[in-house]
Amino acid sequence: MGTRDCQHQIAMSSPAAGEAGATGDWRTERPVLDPALCLAQKQEKEACQLCWVYCPDLCIARGVPPAVLLTYCKGCGICAEVCPTDAIAMVPERESAAAAAGGAR
Amino acid sequence: MSISILTGNDAAAHAARLARVQVVAAYPITPQSPVVEMLSKWSDQGDLQAELVRVESEHSALTVCIAAATVGARVFTATSANGLAYMNEQIWWAAGARLPVVMCCVNRALAAPWNVLNDQQDSMSVRDAGWVQLYCRDNQEVLDTTLQAWRIAEELGLPVMVCYDGFLLSHTVMPVDVPEASAVDAFLPRHEPIPVIDLARPRNVGPVTFADPRANADGVICHGYMELRALHQEALTRALQVIPRVERSFAALFGRSRGALTWGHLLDDAEVVLVAAGSIGVELTVAAEALRAEGVKAGVLGIRAYRPFPAEALRQALQGRRLALVFDKAMSYGHEGPICSDVRSALFGAPGAPPVFGAVAGLGGRDAAARELAEVARRALADLDRGVRQRPAEWVNLQLEERA
Repeated sequence: MGTRDCQHQIAMSSPAAGEAGATGDWRTERPVLDPALCLAQKQEKEACQLCWVYCPDLCIARGVPPAVLLTYCKGCGICAEVCPTDAIAMVPERESAAAAAGGAR
Repeated sequence: MSISILTGNDAAAHAARLARVQVVAAYPITPQSPVVEMLSKWSDQGDLQAELVRVESEHSALTVCIAAATVGARVFTATSANGLAYMNEQIWWAAGARLPVVMCCVNRALAAPWNVLNDQQDSMSVRDAGWVQLYCRDNQEVLDTTLQAWRIAEELGLPVMVCYDGFLLSHTVMPVDVPEASAVDAFLPRHEPIPVIDLARPRNVGPVTFADPRANADGVICHGYMELRALHQEALTRALQVIPRVERSFAALFGRSRGALTWGHLLDDAEVVLVAAGSIGVELTVAAEALRAEGVKAGVLGIRAYRPFPAEALRQALQGRRLALVFDKAMSYGHEGPICSDVRSALFGAPGAPPVFGAVAGLGGRDAAARELAEVARRALADLDRGVRQRPAEWVNLQLEERA
């Protein structure tokens, strides 16, 4: 089956999660949140949430603390920039991947 | 029917008014400015129900047209030379987004050096962008072609550039038959755009498109970049049928026909065929008649549709001739005239194809009168008789060297 069957004359898509693919593999740095510094965590309620507000790609889920959706997060770093308590650090992917694998740097 | 005495710019403005354009956005540049000044006046007087958007540049002018056409408005703009060059990014966008934008390009030389007079370097420089390009011979054709442009654009989902020579047509008055609005309404009904704004089914238009096809969120495999480009090329190829059909339909309604993809003058028995696009074609008809008076069987083949290029029509029209002499009012610098190149490529390997000689004429408004064009043809024939089959283009009326 060829793409002619989609009957699109121009490039178009419907707004949906992951419409542009799993963009997480574009990332060179990932946001890593330290719950000890996060305002929501400290106040034990859904406070602040500025990272959720500012994420341009809807890759942060509201919560206590908020969670990063790494499948789509491109690692732009806006969440780290807007966090009032510097609770989010941008960690190079190579290091975080090594950490996830349990190895030393 | 009512005959008016109009400039080419007037004729273009009348076409836009008769087409009931809904959005006009343009930035002033000589020699195009009077087109939009006239539309602006009509809008002010209430004779044109269009939104006139004032913009700070040609880039924005075409961007406004792109946005308006995306949501289904019938749009119009006009520009020349450096204005067209400034639009360049959006020229490609309008084409790739398959929008039925109609633009008049009032052909003018590109700077530097600064020059406001006519040649066709501006539109020729965007021939590869995927617009339909139609060239006009006179002011009646400016009006008729601009009206036809919307039919072609809306049927194919392609932008159409109506090209006419600056000053030679844009500022020269001629009798022009201006049709009744009701007749134009019958020829040019309101078109049904691709529904883009649909609150029940929101969608992204023109998202990033990757190299390979990819499933969308509904699991439908959608085009990659190359598939969309192939569809664009298919539409331009289909234009080779659509342009003549629209022209026939226009002729049936308005009683005049000026040729579809090409036009001919004294072509039937012509041994030497002079090829060109735009108003220089008229000058060439006078040259051909002068050559005939000397016993040289000359004729003219005018190119009305330059993109898509009517390669098959040219192969048929030029088969068995002694010589095709192509006059370009532009250059592909470092190579040769663009029409000359395209004629050569269309004829390559075709049985009975004549040698193709090129001539570059009229750059920056340099005069190229019929008697001089006939001289070029005489020199080309003399070369041909000496056995020359390939030669560099002659630059007509060039004065770098003292004339022999």
